[in-house]
Amino acid sequence: MIEVKGVRKSFGDLEVLKGIDLVVEKGEVISVIGASGSGKSTMLYCVNALESIDSGHIIVDGVDVHSRDTNVNRLRTNIGMVFQQWNSFPHLTTLENVALAPRIVLGKSKQEALEIARKQLEHVGLVDKLDVYPSRMSGGQQQRLAIARALAMEPNYMLFDEVTSALDPELVGEVLDTLRLLSDEGMSMIVVTHEIGFARDVSDRVAYFHEGKIEELGPPSQVLDNPESQQTRKFLANVR
Amino acid sequence: MTMEVAVLAMLLGVLLGLALAMVRMSGNRSVTWFAVGWIELARNTPALLQLFFFGFGLGAFGLHLSPFMIVLCGLSFNNAGYLAETFRGGFNAVPPTQLKAARSLGMTLGQSYIRIVIPQVLRVVYHPMTNQMVWSVLMSSLAMLVGYRELAGETQFLASKTYRIFEFFLVAAVIYYLMVKLILVGSRLLSWRLFRY
Repeated sequence: MIEVKGVRKSFGDLEVLKGIDLVVEKGEVISVIGASGSGKSTMLYCVNALESIDSGHIIVDGVDVHSRDTNVNRLRTNIGMVFQQWNSFPHLTTLENVALAPRIVLGKSKQEALEIARKQLEHVGLVDKLDVYPSRMSGGQQQRLAIARALAMEPNYMLFDEVTSALDPELVGEVLDTLRLLSDEGMSMIVVTHEIGFARDVSDRVAYFHEGKIEELGPPSQVLDNPESQQTRKFLANVR
Repeated sequence: MTMEVAVLAMLLGVLLGLALAMVRMSGNRSVTWFAVGWIELARNTPALLQLFFFGFGLGAFGLHLSPFMIVLCGLSFNNAGYLAETFRGGFNAVPPTQLKAARSLGMTLGQSYIRIVIPQVLRVVYHPMTNQMVWSVLMSSLAMLVGYRELAGETQFLASKTYRIFEFFLVAAVIYYLMVKLILVGSRLLSWRLFRY
């Protein structure tokens, strides 16, 4: 379970998170929508401690993420993250990209790590690209590589930060299909996205972020189809 | 002798250059001025004057270095200044999100740098570093002006002894050419092995 409790965060004078409360149950898929700068990505970065917080708590499976005593490196193996800019490691082959962290972070043997990597690359449909360098692959393939790389750590949670925003339109589908697959397998996920249709299909709940707060939170049938908030309605009218 | 001083000056230049680049990127005001000053002087004044500084300049203050040390210090100073900027460019060329991605997988800061960031920086700085090595070999010929007998110094010594000036310097030029060619070919071969992507 991920518990976000009263989290506040400022960059200089700008307060980007103004008290966020959100609970993600095991196996739940939560989509986060909202305008650029509303704090959605910042919240994701706070969940795996890539950003610090000013006040509040984030608890992941009982571990206080921002406590001084927390081993963030161990914590992060439990929380996979995939970025807008896919960030495949360009100097490593697809297989090496995925096998590296299991070997040096989880301490698996080389053989085991390669086995895990092969399995996860098969999972995302890249089994024919094992020895290819990322520069020879499309954005969609590189994004699926990034997903496989995160899955190889066997995390309980996955965070997706606008993973289709930087892709050519014809490549969006293959990445969303991979996310759907994960959701069908019961992965707990927080998905920051602009794909409203996707959010409606896969999410258990949708959170609408507005100016550093969660303006509306509920099942897609409520937030996306019958929003209570004026702000949510305005936002949705603009995206469509 | 030429290769010895050039290689040593290159090694020192890489270490000092890395340190300067880090100091400069740290944004710590109390130390960046030092790095900026070093880089400016090394890049914007003639290498010969830099050698003279370590020879006659320090000599004027009563600090007398051996000719070898003068050359080594001068060339290292110059190399470090140029390489600091090369390294800074190299680090800037790797997107900061690469570090974030590595950390998000649970790698420590050290692991992220060693496995992810530095290999990519190396690729960017590799060819400029090769150039600097060549430059280091060629600049070492200035050493004859502070009394160090490397290739050029020795050539001058033999030339003035025998009055066969043109012949000796022609031979020296051919030797310099071969040394540089060797470095370039070696560097090219190594780069094929190192950078497969």
